[in-house]
Amino acid sequence: MTFPFPVDASLSLIEPLLIVCGVGILLLLLDLVLPHGQKHLTAWVALGGLGWALIRTLAQWGLSERGYAGMVSLDNLSTLFNVVFLCSTAIVVLLSMAFLKREEVEHAEYHALLLFATSGMMMLASGLDLITLFLGIEVLSISLYILAGYRRNSDASNEAAMKYFLLGAFASGILLYGIALVYGATGTTSLHRIGEAIAGVGAPVPEGLIYAGMSLILVGLAFKVAAVPFHMWTPDVYQGAPTPITAFLSAGPKAAAFAAFLRVFFIAFGPAQAEWDMVLGVIAVLTMTVGNIAAIAQTNVKRMLAYSSIAHSGYVLIGLVSGGLVGGTGAVFYLMAYVAMNLGAFGIVVLLESKADRGEELKDYAGIGFKYPLIGALLSLFMLSLSGIPPTVGFVGKLYLFGTAVQTGHVWLAVFGVLNSAISVFYYLRLLVLMYMRESQETLPAIRIPLAMAVVLTVAAVGTLWPGLFPNTWFHAAQESVRSIFS
Amino acid sequence: MSTIAVPLAAYQILAGALFTIGVVGVLVRRSALIVFMSIELMLNAVNLSFVAFSRQHGSMDGHIFVFFVMAVAAAEVAIGLAILIAIFRKRETANVDDVHLLKG
Amino acid sequence: MSLQLLWLVPILPLLGALLNGLGAGRLPRKVVSAIGVGSVGAALVIALGCFATLLGMPGEERFFAQTLFSWIDSGDLSVAVRLGLDPLSAVMMLVVTGVGFLIHVYSTGYMNHEKDYGRYFSYLNLFTFCMLMLVLADNFLVMFFGWEGVGLCSYLLIGFWYTKPSAAEAGKKAFIVNRIGDWGFLIGIFLLFVTFGSLDFGRVFTEAPSILPLGGGMATAIALFLFVGATGKSAQIPLYTWLPDAMEGPTPVSALIHAATMVTAGVYMIARCHVLYALAPTALLVVAVVGAATAVYAATIGLVQKDIKRVLAYSTVSQLGYMFLAMGVSAFAAGIFHLMTHAFFKALLFLGAGSVIHALSGEQDMDRMGGLKKHLPRTHATMLIATLAIAGIFPFAGFFSKDEILWKAFSNGGPILWAAGVIGAFLTAFYMFRLYFMTFHGSERLTPEAKGHLHESPNSMTIPLMLLAVLSLIGGLIQVPLLQGGQRLDAFLEPVFADLARVGGAAAHGAAAAAGHGAAHAAHDPGQEIALMLVSLAIALAGIYVAHRFYVKDPQAPHRLAARARGWYDLLWNKYWVDEIYDARIVQPIVRLSNRLWKDVDAAVVDGAVNGIGRKIEQGAGWLRLAQTGYVQLYALILTVGLVVVFGYLALR
Repeated sequence: MTFPFPVDASLSLIEPLLIVCGVGILLLLLDLVLPHGQKHLTAWVALGGLGWALIRTLAQWGLSERGYAGMVSLDNLSTLFNVVFLCSTAIVVLLSMAFLKREEVEHAEYHALLLFATSGMMMLASGLDLITLFLGIEVLSISLYILAGYRRNSDASNEAAMKYFLLGAFASGILLYGIALVYGATGTTSLHRIGEAIAGVGAPVPEGLIYAGMSLILVGLAFKVAAVPFHMWTPDVYQGAPTPITAFLSAGPKAAAFAAFLRVFFIAFGPAQAEWDMVLGVIAVLTMTVGNIAAIAQTNVKRMLAYSSIAHSGYVLIGLVSGGLVGGTGAVFYLMAYVAMNLGAFGIVVLLESKADRGEELKDYAGIGFKYPLIGALLSLFMLSLSGIPPTVGFVGKLYLFGTAVQTGHVWLAVFGVLNSAISVFYYLRLLVLMYMRESQETLPAIRIPLAMAVVLTVAAVGTLWPGLFPNTWFHAAQESVRSIFS
Repeated sequence: MSTIAVPLAAYQILAGALFTIGVVGVLVRRSALIVFMSIELMLNAVNLSFVAFSRQHGSMDGHIFVFFVMAVAAAEVAIGLAILIAIFRKRETANVDDVHLLKG
Repeated sequence: MSLQLLWLVPILPLLGALLNGLGAGRLPRKVVSAIGVGSVGAALVIALGCFATLLGMPGEERFFAQTLFSWIDSGDLSVAVRLGLDPLSAVMMLVVTGVGFLIHVYSTGYMNHEKDYGRYFSYLNLFTFCMLMLVLADNFLVMFFGWEGVGLCSYLLIGFWYTKPSAAEAGKKAFIVNRIGDWGFLIGIFLLFVTFGSLDFGRVFTEAPSILPLGGGMATAIALFLFVGATGKSAQIPLYTWLPDAMEGPTPVSALIHAATMVTAGVYMIARCHVLYALAPTALLVVAVVGAATAVYAATIGLVQKDIKRVLAYSTVSQLGYMFLAMGVSAFAAGIFHLMTHAFFKALLFLGAGSVIHALSGEQDMDRMGGLKKHLPRTHATMLIATLAIAGIFPFAGFFSKDEILWKAFSNGGPILWAAGVIGAFLTAFYMFRLYFMTFHGSERLTPEAKGHLHESPNSMTIPLMLLAVLSLIGGLIQVPLLQGGQRLDAFLEPVFADLARVGGAAAHGAAAAAGHGAAHAAHDPGQEIALMLVSLAIALAGIYVAHRFYVKDPQAPHRLAARARGWYDLLWNKYWVDEIYDARIVQPIVRLSNRLWKDVDAAVVDGAVNGIGRKIEQGAGWLRLAQTGYVQLYALILTVGLVVVFGYLALR
């Protein structure tokens, strides 16, 4: 028996990933060299690395190649998601500056871990094989476990890390067993060949094993995107983790998990859509409903945004259930929209936390609309977008998603979606009411918005408003990326 | 030396049983350490399943997968123990149900 | 004036909103007024120019579209931000900019003492922009954008005096009730998109008669879902409860948003979609019945309200009911006519009421008014004109428009709808003159401090009143019944509604009446029309007489009546207990549920006391929160159960 050595291992295929990994390792080395008090410089190195990788990624747009024995794909889907990951990580690095300084935990490994997590996401989005999928998830998750517990002296942060770790590892075990069963049924771990086997090319596959494997993989991925009832970790971890990390968790990793979801369910399980269609549909409805309703009862803003993030996963799932090019496009567009507006919202929370010692509790928002007009206006923008009111990107995304659901005959999903977005107005609006219609109980300190934060908020605001007014560019990007799955 | 023919299905049944024991362990044991060991048991059940399937299909993919799983499991152990130690230092307990500050 | 300037009409108010918004608190009041009023004034001038150009074109060619930019263009969905000007949108555009301009001018006087002057004008300009986008939209999506936008501005303006809890509350109520309506509108839009693959008005309305079978399920569903949206925005049964509460906002806002423009958006939308409604006779019937029911129902509540603005609010709900009645009997042009005259006289009534409130330092209770005629001569005279107009007295504007609706209700809809309209007309005349008499006549029942400051309002307020009074007086003359060539508005709108003729034969009954007005008029019996006209006029005069008898000659009579008919009076005074019924049947069960789930969330949110929520939730954490115990093994267990369910479903199917 001979095994061919994969000669299609071109490094340019994974160049951005290599850059991110390389800079991550460099940061660990820098940590040894940099004197105390200078560690914050690692943030700029990390940003440089992310920028470099972003430039290389943008140059890859339109390329379509496969390599490493068909396990890694460079296509528009991976490129688009890489852009999303790199941008969101860069935003989180900028967000973290003030936080790290205030908490006096400016360590190089913080940024190194962010970069390693990013490389995991990139692997996840470009994997065409269950092996790369698994590796991507693990590289991502293991970095996140540490980051969630980064504030070692805080009980909440420790607890978040432990819960995330135990449940994450548990879910990984489930996902892994699912992979094993699918492998047992089809004899391959390649997504395309699994798809062919299920579609009936070649020998018949044992259905029981496939279904068992499919349900285990579904649960494993649903855990990562925080779909109900696999979402229970989300509120606790989001609340306990340091706020910049919560922002990070809610953006990139969620998008990465959805990218994997797209690939696995469109390519490998695509031929069996009739089987999982209903399951995912019900999960989508549960996710939206539980997320939105539980969010109403929250008093902690991070926890509220955690439930809101769960609800948004539900909306994206509508796109997956709708299926095909339109459904996929809707899901990808909505993810981009969600990342922009959500990072903006968290940006404000971090800003208030690090500059005004408030922002975690709802009551902290009373009256800030007048004290800080700019912050108030931006937060209003993000909240309106999250609740899907025009002319923001959140509206366009929801419109398109619900529209595709109707178009593909999933009217009931659209109805639940629209109802849910009506419910969600309730708690998003509450922040607005507080900001503009209540007086603050105490005197608010004056805030100077640091440059890094200004950049973050500007990018997020533009990303929330601009594609709301002119959605074409984003749409084409989303459409081309999903098209590349089907080619 | 005499050998007995063990059918492949037996490996799968054993793997399934081990996995289930692992799941039950995660659900019922109080000590975080043992919960963690139960997760390891789940992973090893998967490994056994992979190897058996690999043999059945006559391909190497399963074996390769097992190596990755072992590497990842090692990394998880390192992180997991670190987190548990951090918690133990602050709260002097390693019981999972003593840790429920975040809820609601 | 070139129609190419059309885009400036909505954009100028937007610029005004941005300037005033960014400069809020920094710009001097004079500059704020100049920007706020000037932008709308300039928009009005351009709108008039466009209108004149449109009039100069031959009837059939009166359509102009202007693409601003391509919004979404993604193969299966392509939507451009396009403005369309045709006679229907031109009428709406003139109403919005014209009445809007006068109300902006009035606001410079009314809001002069206000701290947040710039913020106010910024919101008001933003509202004008959104409303213009709504009426000038050339596809459903842009219309929806305007639709949501006016809702948002309405919310901001109702809650303008956010320090008053009831104002903040009312703003939220309006917003949430409207979201329910918008839900229906959105579903309607989705159904349109699925059916036509496009959201352009031109394409949808041209293709509708060939794609949708007459009376078919899809046409009915679309029409009804769109109507749900209309009931929310235009405060019809069952979604009207927000409008009376919306009176917490500043009075000019009530005049602009909650009388003249935004609340008529639903009427405009149905007129715009008349082709779809002509294809769905059942939906039309629903519209007519809801409209007639609302017209009578809201009028009865208006009979006993004591707050001057609340009377006007219920009156608005009732008058909107008339417009929907007109839509429902396919008298689209008549409905738009009433929309226009109503915008004049109801804006005038609100502004007049505002002038009274201003003069009395904020007093709104009519029990503490009376005898103001000699103190506020200008306000009194203009209010009287408006009251006569809304009561439908010849030759004021309301007479012509209301009469046309009643006549169409009789000829297209039958005697029952007509009778409802006439009863409503009687009630309207009664409660409006009750308001007039209680405010301006009889004994002075003012509180001492109100009496001290009593003064006629400044010119900036009374001049808009007088201009609106002129419009209320002569506005009806553009549509004189019976006279040859007197129906100028009908003739102007005819190209818009002409396509009704293409809708299948069975609908021709209503369609012909609406489209071929000339023909219909030639055919009908003028004697009958005159007879009906005289009946409704007599009824209105009777209403005035009763009001006079009760509130001027014998002021004790209403109290005696109220005492004798305690049950009825209470029923009306408490607005049929609808809020309470909603409360008992819908809110309370949810609250009880919530109590168990999230202890008093609803109540806590309703009173907005966010600070209280935390405590209350702590007290009785509900099951969702209970499930989220913090115990990691429970999370794992629920995950496992989920896994088993998913697996079980896949294995057993």
